[in-house]
Amino acid sequence: MTDSYVGTREPRIDGLDKVSGAAEFVDDLDFGPDLLHAAVVESPHAHARILDIDASAAEAIPGVVRVVTGRDFPYTFGLYMKDRYVFAQDRVRFVGEQVAAVIARDPKIARRAAAAVNVTYEELPAVLDPKPARADGSPLVHPDLGDYPHVPWFFPHGGTNVAHWRKTRKGDVDAGFAAADVVLEDTYTVPRYAHCAIEPHVVVAKQNQAGRLTVWTASQSPYIQRDLFAEALQPLGLSHQDIRVITPYVGGGFGGKAGVTMEIIGAALATAVKGHAVKLRWTREQEFYNTYQRQGLRARLKVGATKDGTITALEHELLWDAGAYVEYGANVVNAAGLSATGPYRIPNVSIDSLCIYTNLPPGGPYRGFGYSEFHFGLESHMTRLADELGIDPVEFRRINAIREGDELPYGASMNPSGLREAIDQTAAAINWGEEEQSADPHVRVGKGFALFWKAPAMPPNASSASFLKFNEDGSVNVAVSGMEIGQGYLTAMAQIAAEVLSVPPSKIRVETPDTDRTPYEWQTVASHITWSCGNAVHAAAVEARERIFDVVHSARGYEDGSLYLEDEKVKCDTDPDFALPLRDFVITGLEMEDGTWRGGPIVGSGNFMPEFTSAHSDPETSQGGHPNVHYTVGAAGVVLEIDVETGKMKVRKAVLAVDVGKAINPAMVEGQITGGILQGLATVLYEDMRFDESGRLLNPNFTDYKIPTSLDTPAEVIPIIIEVPQPDGPFGARGVGEHTMIPAAPMVANAVADATGLRITSMPITAEKVALSLLEAV
Amino acid sequence: MRHEITFTLNGESRPIDVEPNDVLLDVLRTKLGVKSPKIGCERGDCGSCTVLLDGESVRSCLVLAVEVDGHDITTVEGIEHDGLTAVQEMLIEQSSFQCGFCAPGIVLAAVELIENNPQPTAADVREAISGNLCRCTGYEPIVEAVVAAVRTPPTSGGSA
Repeated sequence: MTDSYVGTREPRIDGLDKVSGAAEFVDDLDFGPDLLHAAVVESPHAHARILDIDASAAEAIPGVVRVVTGRDFPYTFGLYMKDRYVFAQDRVRFVGEQVAAVIARDPKIARRAAAAVNVTYEELPAVLDPKPARADGSPLVHPDLGDYPHVPWFFPHGGTNVAHWRKTRKGDVDAGFAAADVVLEDTYTVPRYAHCAIEPHVVVAKQNQAGRLTVWTASQSPYIQRDLFAEALQPLGLSHQDIRVITPYVGGGFGGKAGVTMEIIGAALATAVKGHAVKLRWTREQEFYNTYQRQGLRARLKVGATKDGTITALEHELLWDAGAYVEYGANVVNAAGLSATGPYRIPNVSIDSLCIYTNLPPGGPYRGFGYSEFHFGLESHMTRLADELGIDPVEFRRINAIREGDELPYGASMNPSGLREAIDQTAAAINWGEEEQSADPHVRVGKGFALFWKAPAMPPNASSASFLKFNEDGSVNVAVSGMEIGQGYLTAMAQIAAEVLSVPPSKIRVETPDTDRTPYEWQTVASHITWSCGNAVHAAAVEARERIFDVVHSARGYEDGSLYLEDEKVKCDTDPDFALPLRDFVITGLEMEDGTWRGGPIVGSGNFMPEFTSAHSDPETSQGGHPNVHYTVGAAGVVLEIDVETGKMKVRKAVLAVDVGKAINPAMVEGQITGGILQGLATVLYEDMRFDESGRLLNPNFTDYKIPTSLDTPAEVIPIIIEVPQPDGPFGARGVGEHTMIPAAPMVANAVADATGLRITSMPITAEKVALSLLEAV
Repeated sequence: MRHEITFTLNGESRPIDVEPNDVLLDVLRTKLGVKSPKIGCERGDCGSCTVLLDGESVRSCLVLAVEVDGHDITTVEGIEHDGLTAVQEMLIEQSSFQCGFCAPGIVLAAVELIENNPQPTAADVREAISGNLCRCTGYEPIVEAVVAAVRTPPTSGGSA
């Protein structure tokens, strides 16, 4: 065979679109002069009863087309639990919740009119912290919790604020702690964070005169959106066949554009102004407080080990500040509750992961899906435990690192992985064990180390599909409905098809989804898309290849099994002179001696669904099911400079080694590492959400919520790719998108401790916090 | 009270009526159909709406349309002369961008830098694009491509 297209640094197939300005995002699409604009009326209260909505003043403003409220759309929606409302009904549950919307001819008029809608509220006691929210007698965020439909693997406690409680039990933790020589217990806290995709959420929707509803969204989840729109708007007579979701390029997702948030408002509004397209674009402020936020976490962790460094037991209680609606966020809680041991072999495990309603903005998916949050405490704790045992923290991790075939916390067995290789290569890359100095007497240098793991959190039957067709010139279109959110998905899918068909990726067009024209995909989340959709594309390409061989066999008589593809030609093992270019027949077919033709346009289709997963398990122990398809694991390390006068920190070197099974495109994997590390470092060094005592977000903008600029990057980032193949992955690939930000926070916490002796157990670890802690420690 | 203004947009004179409170970003996008400057924050924080005003990068969300009367505005659509610039070609070759939403603004910031400093260092590039937020890449792949573009001509990339 000639050049391989998998495992190569193919340039992105969307590169030209993006640097030339050709790439169109939803807000760039033209809808003509009839386009209407919407603005929402928001709750000023964290918790209140809606007594009255008076829209008369707003409706009187010239240019206002329609004002709608919860009375017009009394519908709920949600991915895993139906607890979220298109518009607030009898009560509001967080500051910023949508109460009504104005549709107008012009966005300025819409905003002005929204401010003129007069809503009368009766304030209710709000709960802003999961600890009191869990206590008896707390105000209830959802008095009707017990009635909400939900997936069978959720266990809501009606009459409380516990929306879901995932319990995982393995072995005997009491015996495990009794057998330990050292038991360490502490509590770690993680605040809420914002995704900060640079493109805000935007939706344009139009229900035409014939009743067809088309929705253009900035989304990671076109098919899930269609499904949830169909479900929520079913009372209006809409079904899946009546709804079309089109998702052009997306300006960053990070989980924030998964599922459905504000898009349901656009879809609903379109039905109120039939025949007109209506656009709703979130402001940067709304982007912060009314999509999803990363949930806050208070984690109590207890781990025991024997003198030789063997972990004997782990007890982890995760109390999540899940916000006002948990239709998606409860699955973050669930995922963490199944895997909060980290990548360690631990015989005795007890995990309680509790999803607690609060009157803060809805929590939900954010790159890492709960794992970033619990790894902060877990990987801080592992270093502390090693220190107490007098064992090198890296060696401690080598001793306990999970191996292929080990029993997972819920009983299934661990997939193959290169975790030890990742540990060794990372330790070597940061010269672990060697002290480093700074020329500046005020600067100390510390090193931190952390492991990570993560599995996709998905329904057991989450699936992917692909269509593939050849064109007259031998080029190919691959139709899929995964989303290019920047990770390089379109390019990776092109490379997979290229490898099977011997057609270079530059001749393979893969476009963004349209639910009328591209086949089903669950969602582009969970770092599963290269694995899952890659398998579907592979299957479609193989089917097309089989059809190619069938045509050549029937027209030219070559033996089955003797044909292969190379350099865009069909070749034959038994006839070295035979080389038939694909472009000569993939549409037209092949002509026979008698002037008749064989073949016809070559197409292929493929799908993929994991057939070994199951969400059925014992609710008291989580034993018995197989909820996760596989874990991607790795290690990361940091060399951190700390100015002990100011607390200011500078990353001298960041290293991350991840076992991706097979890097379909190493440049894209490195992109995930470089970008993910910085996003992770931002959560520990710079960012956090601040709320006032009434539940209002104080920093919903980039002035007050600082995300890194080009001047805030590590001096050096070393990405390390490990490839221990995933047996059921395309060419052995498994996911990598989220994992790269997971170890960032604990590795920094460990480096701060290494340099200064300070153990900080709450995120973020800002310069201010370090400086104040150093002052207190004196 | 409407104002009639005329400015040069990507080399072409464009007369247009604007309101006194119309911002340049909205006029470019909705009245003139130039969509590469993006709406990211509408308060000058993110740099997605960057355009060149008489060759200097500005955030078009902070510029009133009436202010550019008689001036010259360039967006990424207007920087190509004989095909893509060397910076654009290297950004493609090295797959530097991910989602690409910040790309038009960052390309313009890089073009402005190279215009004033034909051999910028990595530190110069970091400084020049420090007003353009990118959440995907960790910035360094972009910085490396800009530096590489001025050092060595790209070997391949998009064509005109």
